[in-house]
Amino acid sequence: MSEHPLTVSNEEADLKNVAFTTRLEDFINWGRKNSLWPLPFGTACCAIEYMATVGSHYDISRFGAEVVRFSPRQADCLLVLGTVVEKMGPILKQIYDQMLEPKWVIAVGVCASSGGFYRAYHVMQGIDNIIPVDVYVPGCPPTPEGIIYGMLKLQEKITKGGIVRVRDRHKIAR
Amino acid sequence: MLETDIKLLANILPHLPQAIQSQILAVEEFLAETTLTVRRESLRQVIQFLKTDPNFCFDVMMDLFAMDYLKYVPETPERFAVVYYLVALLQNRRIRIKVFLPEEDPTIASIHDLYKAANWFEREAWDLYGIKFEGHPNLVRILCHAEFEGHPLRKDYPSDRYQRLKTTTSSEGL
Ligand code: SF4
Repeated sequence: MSEHPLTVSNEEADLKNVAFTTRLEDFINWGRKNSLWPLPFGTACCAIEYMATVGSHYDISRFGAEVVRFSPRQADCLLVLGTVVEKMGPILKQIYDQMLEPKWVIAVGVCASSGGFYRAYHVMQGIDNIIPVDVYVPGCPPTPEGIIYGMLKLQEKITKGGIVRVRDRHKIAR
Repeated sequence: MLETDIKLLANILPHLPQAIQSQILAVEEFLAETTLTVRRESLRQVIQFLKTDPNFCFDVMMDLFAMDYLKYVPETPERFAVVYYLVALLQNRRIRIKVFLPEEDPTIASIHDLYKAANWFEREAWDLYGIKFEGHPNLVRILCHAEFEGHPLRKDYPSDRYQRLKTTTSSEGL
């Protein structure tokens, strides 16, 4: 007796129980977005807010981003937390350059995003003058909820992006 | 400072050697602190005396900063002033020494050899106010970046004049 063409063999049924199929891109992005290793570039008050975000109350590890690294070689998400003065610019750029692809940048707080209320002789008017920024978190300082929201937005962005990103470096002013 | 200490200081002042007394242009008591305004050319002499004389022993320099009195009311004798803040640890006494400097030649003798702390403070006053300290071993900017022009805390520096780094791209030599 021949088998009905629509009958699922036992072997195939077993496979469905233990495996699922997806696209490689989605799978890699899923892994990346849930294991961001942040590098806090904390230059001012916003960095204090980030400490609260990592602490047990807000617990950023719920989103897989608690492995804070202080070496750019081991991190893939640069968080710029605080005021960046012009003199600090080359240092920030150097740290960004030292990070390996794939890498993302979150500008936390208005200082990092736009210079904030500092419109004077010394403060860079937004870190996007020297490095590309993926997510801007407003606030002075942003609440820990705000920082977590920024992280979630970045996760969204990672999900939508390809696995190989070619940055348009020419868009950066210098 | 205790009231007795103030009296002590006020009492000692008349007993200063004539050579020192004649260098003092004004004595001011305000909120339990004494300020001596001294002649520019004898600043080192006065400070050296206050540091070494056993009656005073001002052994610590707490602070050194510059002032810009442009358009200040009431008008001051000269546009710039440098203020030295000395402390005598044993007697728990504080004193301020003030020197006025003319706009066209804001120069004063360095005291980096009397107090080591003065070295960086003098560089700061040079950087932000353009006060020249004669005899300073390394009078270069300390806060602003190397390509900065002008002295940003002078009252006639435009408050929103932001200066970008143009040629420096590495963190070396800033
Ligand atoms: S945005 Fe506000 S809180 Fe954050 S570094 Fe700037 S001044 Fe501080």
